[in-house]
Amino acid sequence: MLITFPHMGNVHIPIKTLLKKLELDIVAPPPITQRTLELGVKHSPEFACLPLKINIGNFIEAMDKGADTIIMAGGWGPCRFGYYAQVERDILKDLGYDFQMIILEAPDSNVNQLLNQVKAIGERVTLWEVMKAVKFVWHQINAVDTIEKAFEFHLARTSEKETAEHLYKTGLESISNCLSRKEIDTVCRQTVEKFTKLPRHEQPILKIGLVGEVYTILEPVCNFNIVSYLGHLNAEVSRSIYLADWINDHLFKGLIKKSNRRRIYDLASPYLNYWVGGHGRETIGYTVGFARQSFDGVIQIGPLTCMPEIVAQSVLNLVSEEEQIPCMTLYFDEHSGAAGVYTRLEAFTDMLNRKKKADLMRRQGRP
Amino acid sequence: MKIVGIPRGLFYFYYYPLWKSFFVNLGAQVVTSAETNRLTVERGIEAMVDESCFPIKVYFGHIRELCKNQIDYLFIPRIVSVEQRSYICPKFMGIPDMVKARIPNLPAVIDTIIDFSKDKKLMQKEIIRTGKIFTEKTSRINDAYKAAYQELQFCKALAAQGYTMAEAIHIWEGKSPPCPSAVAELRVGILGHGYSLYDERVSMNIINHLRLMGCKVILPESLDKETIENQAATLPKRVFWTLGRKMVGSALHMAQREDIDGIIYVACFGCGPDSLIGEIIERKVKNKPFMLITVDEHTGEAGLLTRLEAFCDMLKRRRKETFANHLPTYG
Repeated sequence: MLITFPHMGNVHIPIKTLLKKLELDIVAPPPITQRTLELGVKHSPEFACLPLKINIGNFIEAMDKGADTIIMAGGWGPCRFGYYAQVERDILKDLGYDFQMIILEAPDSNVNQLLNQVKAIGERVTLWEVMKAVKFVWHQINAVDTIEKAFEFHLARTSEKETAEHLYKTGLESISNCLSRKEIDTVCRQTVEKFTKLPRHEQPILKIGLVGEVYTILEPVCNFNIVSYLGHLNAEVSRSIYLADWINDHLFKGLIKKSNRRRIYDLASPYLNYWVGGHGRETIGYTVGFARQSFDGVIQIGPLTCMPEIVAQSVLNLVSEEEQIPCMTLYFDEHSGAAGVYTRLEAFTDMLNRKKKADLMRRQGRP
Repeated sequence: MKIVGIPRGLFYFYYYPLWKSFFVNLGAQVVTSAETNRLTVERGIEAMVDESCFPIKVYFGHIRELCKNQIDYLFIPRIVSVEQRSYICPKFMGIPDMVKARIPNLPAVIDTIIDFSKDKKLMQKEIIRTGKIFTEKTSRINDAYKAAYQELQFCKALAAQGYTMAEAIHIWEGKSPPCPSAVAELRVGILGHGYSLYDERVSMNIINHLRLMGCKVILPESLDKETIENQAATLPKRVFWTLGRKMVGSALHMAQREDIDGIIYVACFGCGPDSLIGEIIERKVKNKPFMLITVDEHTGEAGLLTRLEAFCDMLKRRRKETFANHLPTYG
């Protein structure tokens, strides 16, 4: 059994570690490239959202490398993601691939089905070892988040952007190679220290909130590396979704650590008063939150035709007006071009800088 | 007398008789917007974000039209789920909030939450909450709902005879039924969400065009509900969209029926569930001609007619051919 999985940003680091700890053989899909996207677009339904197309590309490339088992998540709606695995299986079977698909999801009626599937994953180790592995991986995920947050904070402030990028990459690499929790802590601390020692520039810093759909936020290929590009424009990005929060909320239903979901939902009302699937309500809640923490602007991102994000987008104009925060929405699909996205990001940051300057002058009483 | 406005869009085509009777039984007067027209579409496109699907834009157009009338209340239900463990679409769940955010100067909005996903208790509470706007007597509200539900059953019975839901509502309102087309050479199954299929502007009158081309149209509403559910249950995972499951079940059932020549699926551009459901149906229905038509506000009627004519010609050729079974499904 050679297991593969879909890419989503840095998720591959904890997944690889977990599967290795469970003594399973893995074939990680190659990093997402233009070819991945082309393969996905060719074989997926035209109007499906972008993550499905990238998934298909990932699976095809991994199976060409020898994988024969796919691990995929499921769900029970109303967002489309819940039915991804079913459609993906049909597409790949029709393409002639021979494989097995393990779908991790809450059972609808038959609990045995899920247990049998999970058993196949964990059959080589004892329950105690599984618990230990999960604990270790949770630690690793938090370390990845710490490094991502440090990167977002310092990239905007340093004058040596390339060094910061390099630090980020090497930091993540060493974390994925760590064998003990102590080692992870050391690497994490050292990387953050190196970030703080980077030389700073004197330009003003913008604070931008990034909200929207989880895959688009976590996967840099999907969003044209928006976090890093904004960092180069001296804008510090805070995201509505980090890996640990997402796993805590969606896989463990808030059991591992205290979830701030309730607070976010309270913030979302009165603009959006009901859950709408996906991350629609979080998008609105976080936008309000960012506005009240006096951020300079908010960017909403998602795949084209994403249903929950369209709901959020349609109430965003009211939020923007009432909470006094500039908002911009960007949708991505296989036709998006980097140049067009970057032009819009530059225009948006220019506008925020000008607004910030004007606000400052008004506060100081100058015309 | 209080006047309640009901927009002629989205689930109007499934539940209007119920909604109207309920409000009328409580002593209110009900007005609807005009049938979808050019102005409706223009007003809708203006008010709603570009990325949304066509039926939602049309719905916004209807609301803006109603706002011009003297009405006391606007009925915009938040339709989360109409049966257990299934949903309609995220946009339906957020629609009252979307309308409030995008259309200024709204009359008072009645945003009844229709949510059967867990149990029926929430719905009973919501019926009372809605009814309390008009009367204090709980028993009167319950009676109004029960009577209204009977009206809905009457319309559904009409639809089971082969009328579209739009026609069924017409007949229910006391207008004369449309004349059946004289000759029916072909039998074509048509699938699609009611709010796009039965809105003559959104679907560009596809049903009547097919009837004029000599087809007997078979709609999901005329099929037995249990048969549809049984067919849909053959998929490895239960489809958690109510309409999606209905479409898959109907398509699989129609694929097996000897008397149906071909299947047409009318989908809306940008519809989330349709993008996956259409794909599943296309991969499962292999022995019968199948055509997926995607519509949006830009679609031209001439292009649609050409495709329908070509499809019907192909079906006729297959019929004449005594070896129909040896012909590929594309003719």
